[in-house]
Amino acid sequence: MSSAQLFALSGAALFLIGLHGLFACPHLLRKILAANVMGSGVFLVFNAMARRAPAGGPDPVPQAMVLTGVVVAVSATALALALACRLSEAGGAEEDGET
Amino acid sequence: MAADLTFWQWTFDVPLAFGLPLLAWGLLATPDLFKAVVLFIVFGFLLSLGWARLGAPDVALAEAAIGAGLTGALLLSALGRMGVWRDGRRGAPGRFPLAVLSLGVGLALGSALWSLPGRSPGLQERVAAELSRSGASNPVTAVLLNFRGYDTLLEVGVLLLAVLGVRSLGSATVPREILPAGPVLSALLRFLSPPLVIVGGYLLWAGADGAGGAFQAGAVLGAGGVLWLLAGERPPVSPPGWSVRPGLAAGFGVFLAVAIGTLARGRALLEYPPEWAGVLMLLIETAVTLSVAATMIALFAGVRSTRAEGSLKGGEP
Repeated sequence: MSSAQLFALSGAALFLIGLHGLFACPHLLRKILAANVMGSGVFLVFNAMARRAPAGGPDPVPQAMVLTGVVVAVSATALALALACRLSEAGGAEEDGET
Repeated sequence: MAADLTFWQWTFDVPLAFGLPLLAWGLLATPDLFKAVVLFIVFGFLLSLGWARLGAPDVALAEAAIGAGLTGALLLSALGRMGVWRDGRRGAPGRFPLAVLSLGVGLALGSALWSLPGRSPGLQERVAAELSRSGASNPVTAVLLNFRGYDTLLEVGVLLLAVLGVRSLGSATVPREILPAGPVLSALLRFLSPPLVIVGGYLLWAGADGAGGAFQAGAVLGAGGVLWLLAGERPPVSPPGWSVRPGLAAGFGVFLAVAIGTLARGRALLEYPPEWAGVLMLLIETAVTLSVAATMIALFAGVRSTRAEGSLKGGEP
């Protein structure tokens, strides 16, 4: 077992935990956290796959895609948080996730 | 587990690879939302350690600054705005099928990853072969701004869309009291701001041949701006009436202009002439750095949504 496989499996575990949390946690803020955990799992798998290059350093293409993904994730998180805050101010956050 | 792991893998990678899922589980299971957010910030920093171990210093820098730092600040200010600090509820109906389904997805994913070959060059050799003509010696920067420039162009577009979305939601409808920051933060800002600007500029320049680049540089500058917002002061570079809008659009605008320029010259989208590649990439990166910084500040201001302090927000019309 190499480091790449170890971290790829860790990434799969993160994806699984995030997926479960996304559906099991009723609070919107925790759903946003769960989506971020899922995303981190995907990034971990990507970077672990990049690590499999035999010589000359890791594959830069997945790394660049993860870098892009980190920035997109934070902007999506900000938009989701702004929406969740507006929803809680409108009195809707108590009912979310109950259905 | 196979015995061919080296000493450093045993002492560092194995605890990290097991600790990350444990931490993720903990932050999703704790009833204390504040604790969950703090655990998420810790998770982000450990993840950036993982990036460093996987030989991805560019991603490690971005993760530490953006993934852990800025996301943490956004989550904390959203938590303060919602005013809910505890949530012990669990989705009661259908818990068992949900657990089984998640576990099934996880096992399928794990076995698919396990079956992949342990060694695979990927696109690393092709990138290395073309690197000398790309205008940058850091392969990640070359991929980001040259080989797969269209990805990054669209990414900068997504950033702009996110800011438009956050700003279009308007400010908080429920007024809140925000305690003024103490004198320590104000004093610290005056010491921290010049080094932050220098570090940001260095990261932008260093991205051409080492770890760094537009996103990391923009994140560092944006973090400085977020600190000024937290202190409730106007950054010295933003005079009254200063609008953040050109800064938000600069990165996408310059990138798009270069893309249209390459098309107009009869080349493929974002196919730079090799002798101009370095200059064009630096131009795009400079504009994207400013935009990322402005975007991070605007996203934070939007999520924090402090209409009471509206006069302090440079870009608020």
